[in-house]
Amino acid sequence: MISLAGRDILHAWGKFVFTGIGLGLLIGVTLVMAGVYRGMVDDGKALLDNSGADLWVVQKDTLGPYAESSSLNDDVYRAILAMPGVSQAANVTYLTMQVRKGESDVRTMVVGIAPGALGATPGWPPYLVAGRQITRGHYEAVADIATGFKLGDRLAIRRNHYTVVGLTRRMVSSSGDPMVFIPLKDAQEAQFLKDNDAIWQSRRRTEANPAFNRPGVPGLLDAVIASQSTNAFVNAVLVTLKPGHAPDEVAESIRRWKRLTVYTRAQMEGILIGKLIATSSKQIGMFLVILAIVSAAIVAFIIYTLTMDKIREIAVLKLIGTRNRTIAAMIMQQALALGVIGFVVGKITATFSAPLFPKHVLLMPFDSIAGFFAVLVICVLASLVAIRMALKVDPAEAIGG
Amino acid sequence: MSGKGIRIEGLSKRFGKGDTAVYALKDVNMQVAPGEVVGLVGPSGSGKSTLLKCLGAVIDPSDGRMTLGNEVIYDGGWQVRDLRALRRDKIGFVFQSPYLIPFLDVTDNVALLPMLAGVANAEARAKALELLTALDVQHRVHAMPSQLSGGEQQRVAIARGLVNRPPVILADEPTAPLDSVRAMAVIRILNDMARKFETAIIVVTHDEKIIPTFKRIYHIRDGVTHEEAGEGREFE
Repeated sequence: MISLAGRDILHAWGKFVFTGIGLGLLIGVTLVMAGVYRGMVDDGKALLDNSGADLWVVQKDTLGPYAESSSLNDDVYRAILAMPGVSQAANVTYLTMQVRKGESDVRTMVVGIAPGALGATPGWPPYLVAGRQITRGHYEAVADIATGFKLGDRLAIRRNHYTVVGLTRRMVSSSGDPMVFIPLKDAQEAQFLKDNDAIWQSRRRTEANPAFNRPGVPGLLDAVIASQSTNAFVNAVLVTLKPGHAPDEVAESIRRWKRLTVYTRAQMEGILIGKLIATSSKQIGMFLVILAIVSAAIVAFIIYTLTMDKIREIAVLKLIGTRNRTIAAMIMQQALALGVIGFVVGKITATFSAPLFPKHVLLMPFDSIAGFFAVLVICVLASLVAIRMALKVDPAEAIGG
Repeated sequence: MSGKGIRIEGLSKRFGKGDTAVYALKDVNMQVAPGEVVGLVGPSGSGKSTLLKCLGAVIDPSDGRMTLGNEVIYDGGWQVRDLRALRRDKIGFVFQSPYLIPFLDVTDNVALLPMLAGVANAEARAKALELLTALDVQHRVHAMPSQLSGGEQQRVAIARGLVNRPPVILADEPTAPLDSVRAMAVIRILNDMARKFETAIIVVTHDEKIIPTFKRIYHIRDGVTHEEAGEGREFE
């Protein structure tokens, strides 16, 4: 038996191909949307992977440092280092800001990393693609290549300038902003650094406060002002564990004895995916649903129209004894063919357009396979309307009168 | 398949019930022998199409008896379970417009019927080619319907109607869109094919050009038929 669907497609291939391209662009957008979501999740995981930590110690009862702000004294890490099972503990600060790059600026996450040894201190970029790690205590930076900085570039954070000494790759925040690593002390200063006017106003208020400016207590005012202009806080302490120690047990120990909130890798991943990007993922999910409905509507409309164009032929086919299932198969095969053409076009579109998006778009093979089968299911469902109409065609329509 | 053509006895078709019932066909009796071409003539609304639809197993008659070849197919109710198979295997159709399937070439338009009946593609195409040759369109076997002239299309449609060697062919105004020369050619072909394949052919028409060619004519008016001898004029 010849393929009626195949012959019809070959007969009107132009209509089919162009319709398939149109549908394909829609499917491409759908795949890219799924890729955006996967990219967000991947960015979150990359953030956790690249921190090199087994545990995140944060301010008590907060979801910091990524989903909420968290503030810890910068000496807390010493007490954590003394806990059983802890190999390394390092302070870290995170600050999302616009970093000036010449006349323009670039959105980055500035990470303050504690001094230490590469590979042994959590928080450091685990690898570089060019240059070296930070070796000085101040004014050196390692930047992700996505920032656009090159080795030797000067970047400005607040009032200070930093020289880019190293470049890294795929070091991004959960929002996909590329990271710039600077020394911890500089980062702490940058977090609370005010402009000169604000500093002057703050000093004036302190001097005017009789509690701080006591004539009989020399040095008190200077000490208060000094404490006001320095920042002894960090956002989190990143902890690595000694081999053989379970993260949950060490985390519980820190929670109990240090009265801090501690997250394991799994918990932190849950926060990032379940809370930080939950709204975005719902948003994308809604888009996916809408796009799926639109795709289904388009396929249904096209197949319905193509079938309507063949009403007389279908009546003739029925009159000369074609079985309903043959006619239904013809329509369904056409819908599936349209879906396959659309998917191929969509996949190619998504693959070539993904790198052009400003944020990380991760096209997973599983999503493509799932998308392919979803397209087929949508096409089958969309063809049902046309099949129903075709099966209702009266063969008598082929006979006049 | 030849058999004994088609015989219709007391066929009626009623629409509606009770006092509102309308008879489109009343006690129709017809017999067409194998190899015979008869005309079914009548004005619009006389019941021609209704009769054709009943004969074509497209609508259900209300009463009567129909015998196709040696098989009673209707006797107060359909005697065959699969009306599609009946239409496919035992009734050929030729329409006013050829209604060829536009996305199949000439060969496959004709070969489709045997293929639907389960005949292998090669065998079905061989059958089609044989008929297309008999109808003198063998040179257009790979053409698409849109590339054919009106007369060629109608010949292909006739080949399609004949390909399963049905005992009866129902031709619904097959010459309506054709000029007199082509109309005569189509009637000649139908007569030739009827003789060659021992097929009974009923031609529904009100085409004055071709009515004189029938040896027997069934006139139908208000659902009632009466038979009369035709002129049986030679084809010009």
